[in-house]
Amino acid sequence: MTTTTTMTGVKDGTGAPVFHLTEEHDHDGGSTVIGFWMFLMSDVLLFAGLFAIYAWLGGHYAGGPSPSDLFRLPLVAANTAIMLLSSFTCGLGMLETGKGQAGAALKWFGVTALLGICFLYNQVTEYEHLQQAGATYQTSAFLSSFITLIITHSIHVIVGVVWVGVLALQVFQHGLIEANRRRVLCFSMFWNFLDITWVCVFVFVYLMGVLK
Amino acid sequence: MSADSPPLDPIFGRLTLDAFPIHEPILVATFAVVVLAGLSVAGALTYFRLWVPLWRDWITTVDHKRIGIMYIVLALIMLLRGFADAVMMRLQQAMAFNGSDGYLPAHHFDQIFTAHGVIMIFFVATPLIVGVMNFVIPLQIGARDVSFPYLNNLGFWLTAVAAILVNVSLFVGEFSQAGWVGEPPLSGLDASPGVGVDYYLWALQISGAGTLIGGINLLATIIKMRAPGMSFMRMPIFCWTSLCVNALIVLSFPFLTISITLLTLDRLIGTHFFTTDLGGNPMAYVNLVWVWGHPEVYILILPALGVFSEVVPVLCGKRLFGYTSMVYATVSITVIGFVVWLHHFFTMGSGASVNGFFGLMTALIAIPTGVKVYNWLFTMYRGRVRMETPMVWTVAFMFTFLLGGLSGVLCSIPALDFQLHNSLVLVAHFHNVAIGAIVFAMMAAIDFWFPKAFGFRLDPFWGRLSAYFWTGGFFVAFMPLYIAGVMGTTRRTRVFDDPSLQIWFIIAAIGSLLIFIGVLCFLIQIYVSIRNREALRDVTGDAWGNGRTLEWSTSSPPPDYNFAFTPVAHDVDAWANMKDHGYSRPLDGFNAVHMPRNTSVGIIVSVLTLIFSFAIVWYMWLVAAVSFGLMVLVSIGHTFNYNRSFHIPADQVARTEGERTRLLAQQG
Ligand SMILES: [Cu+2]
Repeated sequence: MTTTTTMTGVKDGTGAPVFHLTEEHDHDGGSTVIGFWMFLMSDVLLFAGLFAIYAWLGGHYAGGPSPSDLFRLPLVAANTAIMLLSSFTCGLGMLETGKGQAGAALKWFGVTALLGICFLYNQVTEYEHLQQAGATYQTSAFLSSFITLIITHSIHVIVGVVWVGVLALQVFQHGLIEANRRRVLCFSMFWNFLDITWVCVFVFVYLMGVLK
Repeated sequence: MSADSPPLDPIFGRLTLDAFPIHEPILVATFAVVVLAGLSVAGALTYFRLWVPLWRDWITTVDHKRIGIMYIVLALIMLLRGFADAVMMRLQQAMAFNGSDGYLPAHHFDQIFTAHGVIMIFFVATPLIVGVMNFVIPLQIGARDVSFPYLNNLGFWLTAVAAILVNVSLFVGEFSQAGWVGEPPLSGLDASPGVGVDYYLWALQISGAGTLIGGINLLATIIKMRAPGMSFMRMPIFCWTSLCVNALIVLSFPFLTISITLLTLDRLIGTHFFTTDLGGNPMAYVNLVWVWGHPEVYILILPALGVFSEVVPVLCGKRLFGYTSMVYATVSITVIGFVVWLHHFFTMGSGASVNGFFGLMTALIAIPTGVKVYNWLFTMYRGRVRMETPMVWTVAFMFTFLLGGLSGVLCSIPALDFQLHNSLVLVAHFHNVAIGAIVFAMMAAIDFWFPKAFGFRLDPFWGRLSAYFWTGGFFVAFMPLYIAGVMGTTRRTRVFDDPSLQIWFIIAAIGSLLIFIGVLCFLIQIYVSIRNREALRDVTGDAWGNGRTLEWSTSSPPPDYNFAFTPVAHDVDAWANMKDHGYSRPLDGFNAVHMPRNTSVGIIVSVLTLIFSFAIVWYMWLVAAVSFGLMVLVSIGHTFNYNRSFHIPADQVARTEGERTRLLAQQG
């Protein structure tokens, strides 16, 4: 029996309604990307909440240092450039994945992870600088909300770097099979999301903080 | 933790023998009962050789039906705990007049009202609705399983271990005394230095993660796995309300995560988000937590409204009145539910315009809700109303919900709220909705879909009796609180000065006794039904005789694969439509069915999470680090498993379906 399926109904060859399908369709993994996208949306809201808290408490210096005492724009700008570049290399990795070039794709994702590690190294330097300037996590509501925001972002970057390692192993084991392509796609969504979040941090926290 | 205090033991942290309440006879007795009950269950499992089936068919299952049932069982067990807390509070408040101090010291009373709220919201209402959604949605949309079966299992076990963590606090240390939303500065380290608030925060953190995971799974399931032909506007209303609920979960739970994480940081690391010094602002927490908190109450109420939209058409033998308006009402409630959170603290002092906006938005919700009530009434109108147990709950709900809704509109008027804020009117209002809508709906849902899950109906006599006692008990228990509240009685009060109020609390205590009888009737109903299961058996799969949606088209209980052939929907009431067209069940031509494989990773990760959170609560840093590391390793290890599904062979499907054919023929 030949059936035609549309969202308005299923008819068989003679036009009579069909009430069940006689063939099986595997649906393995069909929801992975949309599910991961939903997770990212909830992560967006998590950051939105942290930004809201920063907007509320970020001006409460409590007699401690303020953004203009602490922020070193050149380093942060360099870090932003690193983050943007890593999104670019991640995109190149996606292109190679699309072509089925596992080796080349892994190389680009490796570069992405290395850039991520550079970014994290700079974040650690930045954190040490804050400590030396007497700006600790406990100094004021401004520093609590600021440091939480950037640490939350850094934790995401750490997850991304570890993810690249795990993915590399899995692609190495199984090649670019369908399941792995899905995972690579999820990773690239995740990494681009991190990039966008960092741009928001750069603009709303650093640039606007220094301008104030 | 100040810098000059001695370093903590890396393994035991601040946990010492003092944490065990060996000097409190009530707790020791409770503990003994729990241990005895646990031992006898373990003994029974060993004696009947049920450990392997329990592990294989339930604990590691990825079957949405079994996970749904486990959620409901968890909720019912926690209901008993939460209800015991309620009775203790009612007794205390009825006694504590005329100079009497009652029988509960403040330290206990405050833990009890906090635990009652936390348990009822997070470990009774939430698992009930998630359980019912899990069981019903895939069957209603004609799917074989859910989008993320493993995450579904993990979500359940995270909820379960969070419930265990709350119960551990009863015997090791203490629970929070800061109310169910834990607002600072009371929940801050200065006012609450003990482990109570930490237990609270980690229990919420874990169950919140579980709910979020479950929400993403069900949302993806509804969007991606509907049967062919089932467009969005052909989905049963319960699926529509579930779609909105799971969207609300994904959109609101991140705010719970932030609020409690930042409060945890305040307590653990000494940050200044919600402290009263160095720039912190407690109102920031209150705002953030209610951005989640108000949607949360709609997360609980919308599935309830969905359940009634399924029960009424089936038990009135009529198509649901106003399907489209029902959909739009559901979506409006979802959207408006996000811009009303400030009504929880009109007294914060935001000014007339802000309060006016949030008050108006809150009152606005009454309109779509009213639309729904009229739709049910018009469905009943000229229908053949069968007063089966679910319908008894539904009719009771209509009265209580009308009252609860109206008192909600009263509270939404900022000027009036200044008078009612923090009074017992509020307690009466939200119990009016929480019991009168959520609990009644879930009792109706259990009664309505029980035959689908187990193949036999629940005893109607004890079911009705339970509904009568719950309904009567509710009015006797909570109407007096409206009166006492209007006269100015504040909530969470342990002892009273004004003897003229005592009568209301005595009546309320009697009400809680009536509800207790209702709970007992429900337990007896289950017992009696299991004993008489042969007499109550339904082999048709369409237990109410005129089921309208797809879950009634398959057998009861449904086979592991739900549907031998994927159904095709041509109408909102797909199954009623199939019956109208004289559809007959296919008897041959079965195919092998692709199904997800069970996994033990969910329970392993959850148990590690439990150890981790317990360790953090007690500052056992070494234990926390090790369990966290293992958690990460096991989770990553799971991603290396590519062998997650299998096929049920065609001849096995044919055998299962052949058995059903035989039973149907036998019944005639
Ligand atoms: Cu509200």
